Amino acid sequence: MTKKNPLSLQLNVDDFLPATEDERQSLVQLRPSVSFWKDAMRRLRKNKVAMVSLVIILVVMIFAFVIPSFYPYQYEQQIKGAVYLSPMTYSVDEQAKIDAGEHVFPHILGTDNLGRDYAIRVMMGSRISLLVGIIASAIILVIGSIYGSVAGYFGGLTDLIMMRIVDIIYTVPDILLIVLLSFALRAPMDALSAKPGFQWIQTVGVNLISIFIVFALLYWVGMARIVRSQVLTLKQSEYVTAARALGANSSRIIKHHLLTNCIGTLIVTTTLQIPSSIFTESFLSFLGMGVAIPMPSLGSLASDGLNGINSYPYLLLAPALLISLIILSFNLFGDGLRDAFDPKMKS
Amino acid sequence: MNKNETAAAETQTAHNPEYLVEIQHERLSFFTPAGEVKALNDVSLYVREGEVLGIVGESGSGKSVTAYSIMGLTAYPGRLIGGDLWFNNHYINTMTEKQMRKIRGNEVSIIFQDPMTSLNPVYTIGDQIREVILLHTNKTKQQANDRARELLSLVGINEPDKRLKQYPHELSGGMRQRVMIAIALACEPKLLIADEPTTALDVTIQAQILELMMDLKKKLGMAIILITHDLGVVAGTCDRIAVMYAGKVVESGPTDDIFYHPAHEYTKGLLQSIPNLNEQEHKRLIPIEGSPVDMLNPPAGCPFAPRCRSCMKICLNRPPEYTHLTDAHFSACWLLDKAKFEAQGEEKN
Amino acid sequence: MAKYIIKRVILAALTIFLVATITFFLMHTVPGGPFVAEKSISAQAQAALNEKFGMDKPILIQYKNYMLGVLHGDFSLSLKQRGWSVADIIRSRFPVSARIGGLAVLLALALGIPLGSVAALNRGKWADNLIIVLATCGIAFPSFVICTVGMYIFGVHLGWLPTFGLTSPAHYVLPVFALSFYPMAYITRLMRSSMLDVIGQDYMRTARAKGLSQTRCLFKHALRNAILPVVTYLGPMLAYTLTGSFIVEKIFVIPGLGGQFVSSITNRDYTVIMGTTIFLATLIIVMNVIVDIVYKIIDPRIQLK
Repeated sequence: MTKKNPLSLQLNVDDFLPATEDERQSLVQLRPSVSFWKDAMRRLRKNKVAMVSLVIILVVMIFAFVIPSFYPYQYEQQIKGAVYLSPMTYSVDEQAKIDAGEHVFPHILGTDNLGRDYAIRVMMGSRISLLVGIIASAIILVIGSIYGSVAGYFGGLTDLIMMRIVDIIYTVPDILLIVLLSFALRAPMDALSAKPGFQWIQTVGVNLISIFIVFALLYWVGMARIVRSQVLTLKQSEYVTAARALGANSSRIIKHHLLTNCIGTLIVTTTLQIPSSIFTESFLSFLGMGVAIPMPSLGSLASDGLNGINSYPYLLLAPALLISLIILSFNLFGDGLRDAFDPKMKS
Repeated sequence: MNKNETAAAETQTAHNPEYLVEIQHERLSFFTPAGEVKALNDVSLYVREGEVLGIVGESGSGKSVTAYSIMGLTAYPGRLIGGDLWFNNHYINTMTEKQMRKIRGNEVSIIFQDPMTSLNPVYTIGDQIREVILLHTNKTKQQANDRARELLSLVGINEPDKRLKQYPHELSGGMRQRVMIAIALACEPKLLIADEPTTALDVTIQAQILELMMDLKKKLGMAIILITHDLGVVAGTCDRIAVMYAGKVVESGPTDDIFYHPAHEYTKGLLQSIPNLNEQEHKRLIPIEGSPVDMLNPPAGCPFAPRCRSCMKICLNRPPEYTHLTDAHFSACWLLDKAKFEAQGEEKN
Repeated sequence: MAKYIIKRVILAALTIFLVATITFFLMHTVPGGPFVAEKSISAQAQAALNEKFGMDKPILIQYKNYMLGVLHGDFSLSLKQRGWSVADIIRSRFPVSARIGGLAVLLALALGIPLGSVAALNRGKWADNLIIVLATCGIAFPSFVICTVGMYIFGVHLGWLPTFGLTSPAHYVLPVFALSFYPMAYITRLMRSSMLDVIGQDYMRTARAKGLSQTRCLFKHALRNAILPVVTYLGPMLAYTLTGSFIVEKIFVIPGLGGQFVSSITNRDYTVIMGTTIFLATLIIVMNVIVDIVYKIIDPRIQLK
């Protein structure tokens, strides 16, 4: 028996013994499998940009929906003598009150041309913008996905007709139609708002209703197309066929497959639709076709602020920057969601 | 010689001028965000002028990576980290990009697996053939066109004038592959690399394309490196075969030797797994158990060890060295060393 | 090919007809007509005006007359700008918008395509990250924000550029740049993802294998393929530029058609609204058809139906 020198490269008879199963298996590395959702959420959490955007969105939500309830000023409240105050200054009257020992909450963003506290107006403006964005996107989601899945599922002539209609709607210029519609609906809406139970139309504003109506009429087509193509692909996808070949009970397992894949796309598309809707709403509000005064929208605030751009830039910059921040955050978060659900699509 | 070349000349191993292609102990890795993927872990092979070498192995074994490295086409983030590459007496390791461009398409050409995606869809066939001719020769556009027509006839495409004006999507799969061959042969290269040229084609077209390649080889006297996972393809066309697994050449030799006297367990497994037409009915197929290696963490010993039915303890710990069974036939397997060792032991006793 | 063109043209014509009809009937749902709001008009004067503008006739007759007029390029007279015909208004104001819009489109293409390509070629490096950030901001910030903030920084604060009117070349800078911002950002992103897709294609490998240099490969093989999606964007980009002009012309006080449209809404100048709507809609629809046809021509893979 040759002595074994640990440093030598010489071969040892023992080395040639057959390896055991365990020794072989130790070399095989298997990565643990994760479920689809856990995997997606993990990827999302790792995405710093998306997480930061989510935080910003939550902060803005609090800013828009929670804080106004605790705020000492109302958005339509006009304070006499406190016109065009710069941020963090007081009017003469208010200063007098402070000197007398009263506590006057500071105007963090100053006041506007009618003496209204600007901070609360910006908050309410954000609330309107966010509400419009979310409600409009919800409308689009519902109409679009129903339409798209029906077209995709039934196929054939139904699909053909439905998609032709989509093509025509696609060609109609949306902004023009919104403008016209809000214009034309004004009178009938006014008449309707006079009736009992419909007073809310006055506060919300005819224009806003028109915006929602037009969203419901026109903007769902993008969603419909996406859902339809998803349904079509999934109908023919190999794992559906494979599931069937394995004897799967068609409705349950196929719904399981279809839904899991569709939901990802639906969530992403809806999340990305929100900033788009907010974009459109602010655009229209800026042109004066948005919410009715005195209710503010970030777009209308910016439009009003434009007049005083030389002397009171904060009236313009605050809403402008805030709406940019909101839209940007939603876009970035939506992008993050898309990357999380389908990393193959990552560019 | 510039600085790089002098330095290299001091450390490189000697090159055998008989060989058109000589690769010695090549190591190549891809530096990805996930880590270093050791794609090639000591690859050695050679090709003589006018010879057909078949490189066989499963997906991920490094066959294509090896071939691309000869042409300097290694994709980012891949990098050569060891070994010597010689082609046509050029020392590839130290060649600049400009020098490589001169030999690409000119002295060495390559045809790829999927002819549909390998041809640019927005340019005509004629454009794409003329491009390579005009790049490497001094011909005029008209002369290049004539040559293109000539090439199409050479590869067996009729109505060449009509075809030259067509776009890739207007041709069938087999015709597109012929066009790829025409482009590859335009400058009469000494070496043609065929990366799975028939995998994407129907079986009958496969046979035609292979026949065409062999025919052209005879006519033009070029060498061919044929990369494939299909042993059937290799059997009829190649002079020599190199079997690759997990970035290493595990066995190499003349075709007959490999087929009739396989030495490596992997080669044996491959040959065994081919279904036999003449076999009795209901005979079970014999696959190779296990799954391919994770190239981020290649094992310390022989890469095939976990799947090898004759795996020994030493196989798990140390990579086997090459043992020559004949002058031309060698294999990297501890079983061969074991036989030698036992023989030595007997001698001593 | 011809069949395809005819199909598209017919579809376009139908849509224009539809838009014109919808516009007409929407305008006429407002009760009392356009002159109701005028305080200073007596009932008789109102009746006279209604007669002059043909508004006393039954609605379908009005519709027929109007549509026939439109076919001849006659959009009737402006209700509020006395003496001006709608067609004249469009004729005088459209060139201004066209100039600014055209420059914006050119700028968007001239900067967007190279930026997107540079980003794709430097994927993961600082140039790419910077460009992505800028492009994402560009598509997120509403146009009125770009306009107003730009106006504030360059016009008010720094005082480098004029903020309203269009009397000198310097006046064009802010409006054109502000209008081009969104399409430029969109094209950058589009070009980047398209280029990334193309670079990874097999035919790029074939081109390198032939011995082409990186530059040649990029310009000859990659660009030609990567630019195709940008061509499809031309249609929507034009529509955006038109609607974007509403904002830009309002903010920078530019005498273009967009601004006219917005003010005629506030003024309830129905005929101008109708005429402008039909004109703009027709423009958008026609441009879309042209872009579709051009795309089919330059991409040989498309099967023409």
